[in-house]
Amino acid sequence: MPVLDEVLFVVLALLAVGGAVMVFRFDSMARATYALLTALLCVGGEVLLLGLDYLGVVIVLMMTIEMALMAVFMVMYMMNPAGLVPMSMVHNPRLALAVAGTVFAALTVGAVLAPWPVGRARQPVDPTRELGRALMGPQMLTMMTLGMALFATIVVSVVLATPRGRYQRFGDDLRSRPADDPLPAGTRR
Amino acid sequence: MDDPAPWWGALVLPAALLLAAVAAAGFGAVLTGAAEQGPGGGARAVGGRALAPLREGLRLLGRPPRRTTAADRLLGRLGVALVPVAAVLAAAVLPWGTRPLADPGVGIVWFNAMEALAWAAVWLAGWAPNSALSLIGGYRFLAQGLAYELPHMLAVTTAGLGAGSLRVSEVVDAQRGLWFAVWMPAAFAVYLLSALAMAFWGPFDHPLGQDLAGGAAVELAGVDRLVFLGGRWLLLVVTAGFAVPLFLGGGHGPLLPDGLWTSLKTAAVLALLLVARRALPTLRMDRYLEPAWTVLVPLALLQALVVAVVVLN
Repeated sequence: MPVLDEVLFVVLALLAVGGAVMVFRFDSMARATYALLTALLCVGGEVLLLGLDYLGVVIVLMMTIEMALMAVFMVMYMMNPAGLVPMSMVHNPRLALAVAGTVFAALTVGAVLAPWPVGRARQPVDPTRELGRALMGPQMLTMMTLGMALFATIVVSVVLATPRGRYQRFGDDLRSRPADDPLPAGTRR
Repeated sequence: MDDPAPWWGALVLPAALLLAAVAAAGFGAVLTGAAEQGPGGGARAVGGRALAPLREGLRLLGRPPRRTTAADRLLGRLGVALVPVAAVLAAAVLPWGTRPLADPGVGIVWFNAMEALAWAAVWLAGWAPNSALSLIGGYRFLAQGLAYELPHMLAVTTAGLGAGSLRVSEVVDAQRGLWFAVWMPAAFAVYLLSALAMAFWGPFDHPLGQDLAGGAAVELAGVDRLVFLGGRWLLLVVTAGFAVPLFLGGGHGPLLPDGLWTSLKTAAVLALLLVARRALPTLRMDRYLEPAWTVLVPLALLQALVVAVVVLN
C-alpha cells in the first residue's frame, strides 16, 4: 500500500505541475481556467493521500465551484466574445519568471532544509481535528478577527460597487412601493 | 451497514443506476404523454410511451455527432462526459440496498463535491460548441447554481448536524427513531428544490429551455446528446436517491428488508420530482435568485440553528 501511495503521490504531483504549466500555454481563457482546476483537483488528491479526508474533499468542492465561476469573470475581462478569440495568458514574462523562479527556489530550499521530525509519527485518529486544533487552537482570536475582517471587506466592496441603493429603489423618502428595479423579479419587495 | 460492499459493487452500481434512470425516464415519458395527448388507451399505448426514451436513446446511438465551426472539442467532450461521471461518483456514497459502495467519514461532503462537478460540466458543454444559444444555456446554469447551491449546502449540512456526523451510514442510523424529514421539514424542502435545480429538471430546466431551442444541449447530437441527457437522468436519480439516507431514514422501516425500503422511498421521491415537472412552469433564474438568497438561505440557516440547539440539548 505505501508503494501505491507513493506512486499516486508522484503521478498527482506531476499532473498538478503539468496543469499549472498549461495554464500559461493555452490560448483560451476557458482552457486555462480548467487546466488550473485540474492542477487544484490534483492538489486535493494529494491532501487526501495525507489522510486529511475532509480538507481534501473540501478543496475539490470549493475549487470546482470557484473555477466554474472564475471562468465567467475571466472570459468577461478578456473582452473578446465568449473568450473564443485566441489570447495570451502571459504578461511581462521576464519579471514574472524571475519572481516565480525566486519564490520556487526559496520554497524548495525551505522544504529541503527544514528540520522535519525523524521517524514515522503515530497517525492520529482524526487528522482533520488535530490539524484544526494546531492551526486554530492558540490563534482563535486572530482567526475570528480575520474572518470578520474578510466578511466586512466583502460587504463593503459590494456596497461601494453597486450603483443602485435603497434610494434608487424606494425613492428619496424611501416610501415608494413596489421597488423600482431594472428587473421586476423575485420577491417584489 | 458496517462492512463495505464487495468490489463487484463498483460494476453493479453504474448498471443499477442506468436501470433506474431508464425506468424514471419511462415514467416521465408516460406522464408527458398523458399530459400532451390525454390518458392513453390501454396498457399497450402506455407501454409504448414508457419505452420511448429507450428507443430515443438507441436512435441517438446511430446518429453522427454534430461538428460546429471553431468548437473547443476537448472541453466539450469533457463537459458532456462529466455529467454521468459526476452522477456515478456521487452515487458511490449512496446506500443502495443496505450498504453504500464506499462509506467515508466525509460522505456528505463528497456527494456535494461531485454535484459541483456537474455544475462545471454544463457550462463546459454549453460553452464548447461556439454557438450562441448553447452558450446562453451554459451561463444560465451557472446563475442557477449560484441560486441553489448555498441553500442546498446548508440543507445537507443540517442533516449532518442532526446526526453529528458526515458519514452517510451514521446519518441513516441517527434516523432509527424519527426521520429527519419530520423534524427538519425546511431543510428537506430546500433539498428537494435544489435536487430539481441540480439536475436542471422540471421548473429549473431553463438552461435547456425551449426559448433557446434546447439551450446548453442545442448543438449536441448522437452519442454526445445521449451521454449528456442520459447523465442528467442519472443525476436526477442520484439526487433523489440521496434524499432517502439524508432525510427519509434510509433503509429503516417495518417488515420489509432494508434494500426494498430504500428502493421504495427512492421511487417515491423520484415520482414526486417527476410530477413536479408537470405541475410547475419553468422558472426564470432571475426570479429564483432573489427568493433563494432572501428567503431560502435565512430559512435554511434558521433550520440549522434549531437543529443545532436540539442536538446540543
